[in-house]
Amino acid sequence: MEIQQFHYDNKIVQKFLYATMLWGVVGMLVGLLLAFMFLFPNLTDGISWLSFGRLRPLHTNAVIFAFVGNAIFAGVYYSTQRLLKARMFSDVLSNINFWGWQLIIVSAAITLPLGYTTSKEYAELEWPIDLAIAAVWVVFGWNLIGTMLRRRQRHFYVAIWFYLATFVTVAVLHIFNSLELPVSALKSYSVYAGVQDALVQWWYGHNAVAFFLTTPFLGLMYYFVPKAANRPIYSYRLSIVHFWSLIFIYIWAGPHHLLYSALPDWAQNLGVTFSIMLIAPSWGGMINGLLTLRGAWDKVRTSPVLKFMVVAITGYGMATFEGPMLSLKNINAIAHFSDWIIAHVHVGALAWNGFMTFGMIYWLVPKMFKTRLYSVPLANFHFWSGTLGIVLYALPMYVAGFTQALMWKDFNPDGTLVYGNFLETVHEILPMYWMRAIGGTLYLIGMVVLIYNIIATIRMGSKVEDELAEAPALTRVSSKRQAGETYHTWLERLPVRFAILSTIAILIGGVVQIIPTLLVKSNIPTISSVTPYTPLELEGRDLYIREGCVGCHSQMIRPFRSEVERYGEYAKAGEYVYDHPFLWGSKRTGPDLLRVGGKYSDNWHLNHMYDPQSTSSGSIMPAYQWLIRNQHDRSNIEGKMRAMVTLGVPYTEDEIAGAIANMDAQATQIEKNLYNDPEFARSYEAEKQEAAATGSPFVEMRDREIVSLIAYLQRLGTDIKIEGKTISQNQ
Amino acid sequence: MMKFVAENLERIEGVANYPMFSLLLFFVFFVTLFVWVLTTSKSHIQEMSELPLKDDQQPNPSEP
Repeated sequence: MEIQQFHYDNKIVQKFLYATMLWGVVGMLVGLLLAFMFLFPNLTDGISWLSFGRLRPLHTNAVIFAFVGNAIFAGVYYSTQRLLKARMFSDVLSNINFWGWQLIIVSAAITLPLGYTTSKEYAELEWPIDLAIAAVWVVFGWNLIGTMLRRRQRHFYVAIWFYLATFVTVAVLHIFNSLELPVSALKSYSVYAGVQDALVQWWYGHNAVAFFLTTPFLGLMYYFVPKAANRPIYSYRLSIVHFWSLIFIYIWAGPHHLLYSALPDWAQNLGVTFSIMLIAPSWGGMINGLLTLRGAWDKVRTSPVLKFMVVAITGYGMATFEGPMLSLKNINAIAHFSDWIIAHVHVGALAWNGFMTFGMIYWLVPKMFKTRLYSVPLANFHFWSGTLGIVLYALPMYVAGFTQALMWKDFNPDGTLVYGNFLETVHEILPMYWMRAIGGTLYLIGMVVLIYNIIATIRMGSKVEDELAEAPALTRVSSKRQAGETYHTWLERLPVRFAILSTIAILIGGVVQIIPTLLVKSNIPTISSVTPYTPLELEGRDLYIREGCVGCHSQMIRPFRSEVERYGEYAKAGEYVYDHPFLWGSKRTGPDLLRVGGKYSDNWHLNHMYDPQSTSSGSIMPAYQWLIRNQHDRSNIEGKMRAMVTLGVPYTEDEIAGAIANMDAQATQIEKNLYNDPEFARSYEAEKQEAAATGSPFVEMRDREIVSLIAYLQRLGTDIKIEGKTISQNQ
Repeated sequence: MMKFVAENLERIEGVANYPMFSLLLFFVFFVTLFVWVLTTSKSHIQEMSELPLKDDQQPNPSEP
């Protein structure tokens, strides 16, 4: 048999590793800044691009797609080559993958703080970047499958299956969730509305966790844990069951993010059922990882790499036990919208993704640079600082979630809420926010220590070179099943057929859930009093999206006595039919806003945005003073309305033609309302006179951003209030 | 196009059979999976599980 010599491409792995460390620090720093903004709300006062609402998506995107994303590529590019005994298919594709991904990250880091966002969680990037993501992702898949076709190892190891499923599923998720209609270079509207948008978004959001944060990392676990422990995986048979059952079941569980919402009950129940089922494959995988260390536990005491991996797998086990529990409706009723969810995702991100990445880095860097780790004590310090950081982060957030949720639901004997003022429940948990910030700091300190340790290691080592390897060439075998070959063994050597079967496995769940909700009209009962937003409200809604209000405020009143008492009539599916995109939110750092319309005066809103602490003493909402100063560019309203018409919103031609006049009239009325406050009238007139005296330009109040936002806020939830009565059914 | 699909979907008859179909789907999926796994030969399983450990064998540069 001919023995072939070839080189593994180590340089691309090295690049991805550097990017992982760089973006890790950036993502965590932004997270830490956000943690401190809970304690000092006006920390970045007056700087719009450093405001909480705009930085939150930057933090989540940086950690998920930049830090974890680059770690995935580093691990996949290293292990794929070795498991297939081949260099990556094309160096050019590898480099397009690398530089393209970094370019996407940089454009995210620029556009998100500037307020360009679709507002859909973990899919906030606007349409041109979405296209770039799709292109780079295809390049990655092309490179991966190309390598498979050129392999020198007949059968695929289980890690490769996880990579392949990751590629296929993320592609499907990204495309369907990002279907949006562009209205300008950096603005688009989701093609789905309200309940449907919510379902598609959380089908995506849930499966982004599944197929971006879980399956690729399981592949890494199946490769790097045996490497680090120097023994094979506990049960290869279990890993086959793990793979197929995980990808088959995971995709169905998305609706558990929408329990008690206006989503149809059948879809909610389907999500719960599959979430419970998910315990089995998840724990099967976790046990498989941990038991790989049977007989090697003494190594865990001395090897920092194994320490990190053990905590990572344990974190995976905890998070995947907690996930199904959170999907139970009675637990979800308490946990949803609270800090419990924040604790849950950080056990996943900090322990499972973070620690697995650290273990991989500590193992890979000395190996590739042909040296040993610069300092084991420093790596041990990182381990303990990180572990303590996770504990100090997660535990207080659990307590905060419980405490606040129970306070929200607490009733007096006479039927009134004990904590009628939302802020009381916020103040109660401020000490927890302090501890969380300290935990986060410890975790980041560990990360910085890692970077120092790795730089020192690299300095000791030799230059990374492409590594020479040899393997016998693969003899051609018919793609037909061979004698004595079982079905799965046969499948394990057919990459394309394997990919197609995994695609089918993941599509079944998505199709069953999404198609009926999109298509069967009876799933979304219409309410005849619900009408499209006026042009000014539509513009105000876009400001609400731009400022990331949805990061802290939900627009989804669940049908609980405590929520109806606090916020008003519970939400109906039919109320959201014109909401492109939906803005239900997933966290209540502040109160729900679905029925805020008409609750306060226009002046209250203006004062509140200018200085939240003046209207709500002790509020932790930051000020949005630029909204009050800036002129509002409403020039594209006709284009926006036409886009809405394309998406099915019934604006007439007359309404579109008269949009500008309509906006002016509504804005003038709000300006007039604002004059009801003598304080406003005095200061506004003084400002006007001063501008006239100095000859500096002056923007009329009716042309400023705040007026559009007030118009939107005052509209919220009022459609079903008719003549003082709330209608709950179509009549 | 969506409307076309919608109208056809609404006209589906025998929607009541769907639960039975789902049960069968899952039953068949998992039974097949376990048959696959249990019928795979021991030697193949062992060979596969040792793959990650075998990739470090450096070739001897002096050999052709």
